[in-house]
Amino acid sequence: MLPLISASSVTVTRDNKNILDNVSLDVGVKDFITILGPNGAGKSMLLKCLMGFFKPESGKIDKKAQLRIGYVPQQFTSEQTMPITVERFLQLRKSVPMGDIIAVATETNIETLLQKPLHILSGGERQRILLARSLIGDPELLVLDEPAQNLDISGQLAFYKLLEKIYTTRALSILMVSHDLHMVMATTKQVICLFHHICCSGEPQVVTRDPEFVSLFGHDMAEMMAVYQHGHNHTHAGHSHD
Amino acid sequence: MIDLFIIKALIAGVIVALVSGFMGCFVVWRRMAYFGDSLAHSALLGIALGVMLNISHNLAVMISSICFAAFLVWLQRKKVFATDTLLGILAHAALAVGVITITLLEQRIDLHGYLFGDILTVGNEQLWWLGIGGSFVILLLFFNWSSLVLMTIHEDLAMAENVRVARLEILLMFLMTIVVAVSIKIVGILLIASMLVIAPAAARQLARSPEVMAMFACLIGAISVVSGIYFSFELDTPSGPTIVATLAACFAILFPLSNFYRKT
Repeated sequence: MLPLISASSVTVTRDNKNILDNVSLDVGVKDFITILGPNGAGKSMLLKCLMGFFKPESGKIDKKAQLRIGYVPQQFTSEQTMPITVERFLQLRKSVPMGDIIAVATETNIETLLQKPLHILSGGERQRILLARSLIGDPELLVLDEPAQNLDISGQLAFYKLLEKIYTTRALSILMVSHDLHMVMATTKQVICLFHHICCSGEPQVVTRDPEFVSLFGHDMAEMMAVYQHGHNHTHAGHSHD
Repeated sequence: MIDLFIIKALIAGVIVALVSGFMGCFVVWRRMAYFGDSLAHSALLGIALGVMLNISHNLAVMISSICFAAFLVWLQRKKVFATDTLLGILAHAALAVGVITITLLEQRIDLHGYLFGDILTVGNEQLWWLGIGGSFVILLLFFNWSSLVLMTIHEDLAMAENVRVARLEILLMFLMTIVVAVSIKIVGILLIASMLVIAPAAARQLARSPEVMAMFACLIGAISVVSGIYFSFELDTPSGPTIVATLAACFAILFPLSNFYRKT
């Protein structure tokens, strides 16, 4: 099957430094890809190139014709000066029937927030609202840029649980930049480690043992990931392992 | 019987109130107050040029403001100084050079009128400028409204949804040059920024949606302008400060409501 979106040899240069160096990747139907990498590794830039905000210096990006993308951005601080309710925010620039808004609100568990002003909401509530907005219009691909960055642990857990539920019920594809690999270890199908170029990629269990992963994130991180996998295999597979 | 010049002043004032009601919301939301203030300061240089070249002051101010904004954007892209530093340098340099030029021209120019507004001498030409410029600003804001609101809430989100953010940012700056050019005569160089900010800030307390905030900003602005013109006429005070003082009074009355509203 043709990929939904495909980047081949994408290179982005800023101030004579390659922010992205010859990066290629495909996002196919029902993929769940998590991009990992240290700060300043070019993760957000890669998403921005894929979304078409930036034209890379070289390489090209192919999209399936009329691909419906839902985007959940990184930070979201709502200004006190802008009076707007959640419901109105969800409808901005989107002419969708109220029924669709309510359906998406129920799916993301924000139906009680619809009449509230945006600026009084907590970080977790705001991320769920962004997720809801990205789901309007029935996207084939969700692109998330560190969606749970400013949330506390329980907020992160709740957010990723919701994301997994959406991934399984809607059967869409997900491309996400996230440091919280341990939270999505069970669901994510492919991990890409990015440090300007793609250092390693593959299934999470394989990637976390890759020497490149260890050199990028250190032994502690690799061991921590191994612990998460251990727990995961144990509870779900229910048989012994190494 | 009301004199014709008062009717002209009222029409001019209400147009300025409507234009700055809509534009002012974006000034408040996007923190453009200092930018507007700086544009207005630089306008004095434009007026000096207008006198020298013997062209319409509105046109001269627009041209000088556009140059000012373009120069600012060019300096911003260098990323050496923060925007407020750049504005502080450019605005006051332009104001200083403007005052010097006007003094050297040795023509009788009502500096006081330009600094503080002189609404009671508004002529037909100024009314045309206001009507056409003002409608242009309001129409462009109206047709780009939801895109502008979305990019104000979240720029990346707007970009992801195909809003041409860079283009709209330039549009907002351009509209600001028009607002400054056409309202100098009414509120004066030194007070344009407050005209843009106070009414929307007062309206913020009453509104639950961006559109309602803009409507209330227009309403509060119009009430303040009309009563400001009345006081200005009765007390023989400059129109700009009288209007701004009335606006500030409206804000002071409405401000206590904010505590009340925040809980809902």
